[in-house]
Amino acid sequence: MTRPARAAVAGVGYSPLTRRSGRSVLTQALEACRAALDDAGLEASAVDGIASFMLLHDSVPAQAVATGLAVPGLRFAVDAQLGGQAPCYLVGLAAAAVEGGHADAVLVFRALNGRSGARVGTMAFPGPGAQYRYPIGYDAYLMYVAMWAQRFLLETGQGPEDLGAVAVAQRGWAADNARAVKRQPLSLDEYLASPLVVDPFRADDCTTEVDGACAVLVTSLERARDLRHPPASVASWAYRAGPRSGLDIGDHLLWRDYTRNYTTYLRDELFARAGVVPADVEVAEIYDCFTSTALMGLEGLGLAGRGESGGLVRSGGTALEGRLPVNTHGGLLAEGYLHGMNTVAEAALQVQGRGGPRQAPRHDVCVVTSGALMDGSALLLTTDR
Amino acid sequence: MSPEVASAAPEADADSQFYWDGLRRHQLLVQQCARCGEHRFPALPACPACGTPGGTVVEVDARGCVYSWIVVHRALVDRFADQVPYTIVVVELEAGCRVVARLDPATAVAGDLPVLGHYVDHGDWTELRFRAA
Repeated sequence: MTRPARAAVAGVGYSPLTRRSGRSVLTQALEACRAALDDAGLEASAVDGIASFMLLHDSVPAQAVATGLAVPGLRFAVDAQLGGQAPCYLVGLAAAAVEGGHADAVLVFRALNGRSGARVGTMAFPGPGAQYRYPIGYDAYLMYVAMWAQRFLLETGQGPEDLGAVAVAQRGWAADNARAVKRQPLSLDEYLASPLVVDPFRADDCTTEVDGACAVLVTSLERARDLRHPPASVASWAYRAGPRSGLDIGDHLLWRDYTRNYTTYLRDELFARAGVVPADVEVAEIYDCFTSTALMGLEGLGLAGRGESGGLVRSGGTALEGRLPVNTHGGLLAEGYLHGMNTVAEAALQVQGRGGPRQAPRHDVCVVTSGALMDGSALLLTTDR
Repeated sequence: MSPEVASAAPEADADSQFYWDGLRRHQLLVQQCARCGEHRFPALPACPACGTPGGTVVEVDARGCVYSWIVVHRALVDRFADQVPYTIVVVELEAGCRVVARLDPATAVAGDLPVLGHYVDHGDWTELRFRAA
């Protein structure tokens, strides 16, 4: 099953992350994509693939970005109607397209006015499951993740201190990240003293919605070796929707086990394909729209034992000097909610050794996840070995 | 309309109409697979366990245990702002399937708490709600 990496992330780019951009989503998408190309040292004319995702049309299609970049044409284009499940999945698809000869250079981006425009946090998700949620006030994504978190904490014997430890640790990382929108320190006491928003979540358990864009450039490993920075090889990727995954993004009534998300289901395939085991992982960028999903991801991937993820974070194990640096950008909690595209970009920066003051000392193997509940995706990025 | 839940009526579809009609008559109706016997909720045109299309609509006891819960302290949507705090529970029914509902404000919530359903009539729909059994 193990096979050598043949594609890589060669560059990353961002537009500024703000609370009110005052700019169109397309302007920001183009800025991030141009930045990723500049970062890699590639001309826009080399781009022949673009992939992106949106929720309820909160973004712009690949076609518009191709037009704005004046690329000669597209051989590969994906506009996925997905949320945070998408970034690793789309990078994986881009890698597959490159490996299969269907594209040479693919931009994968997420762009949105996620704070000043349509906000996912209060968006009503249409679908066959909607009729059971909205009439009773079960009406926000945060509530669905909170519902899983409550059972997860109950069964794994964890509690508010464990959730809070994630918020505190990631704020610590964000202090060294100029892009992050929440950089002020947070103590566990401050966390515990703050009011519950939706039990078991407080405000600091929740991602920070922003306006902005992020893009990464995927090309062949061979080509990436000749570009500006060392490649972050796509050693493996996996998408998984677990069994009984429900009727829409907000429906989880058929899912049996709220203490295990898609990471449990994709773990074996993800690691086996790259010929590594969880203990080989040196940096982890775990999707964290809420604190609980970071804990669940650590346990689901086997990076922490069942019920031991909170302890790992509380002991400092996920900080710069810890056993496993986690969410080195501050995560979606503190850097901002670009639905995990920025989490993939941070993983690439870490593998490339470009993490600056937050660079993990060992960074040959990095795992990244995208998604929170029934379905999601993951990547293993590695140095060019 | 109940002063407690000033909610918009659910938008039933062709698959779920029987469920809402059942609540109106104070009956809890779910589907049961003709092949594997699994009770299912939400309404679905096929069994999520074995994929068999169709199924029989059956009445089940509105009785079960709290599988998980949240307490909403800050409403995300304005029309529920005057109702906080309120508790939403996912109840595992004795029939095996799960439903999501409000918990009666007088019930102290806990994991695996035994609960019993009752019916709250609003102007144009009926809500299934739970309290301690």
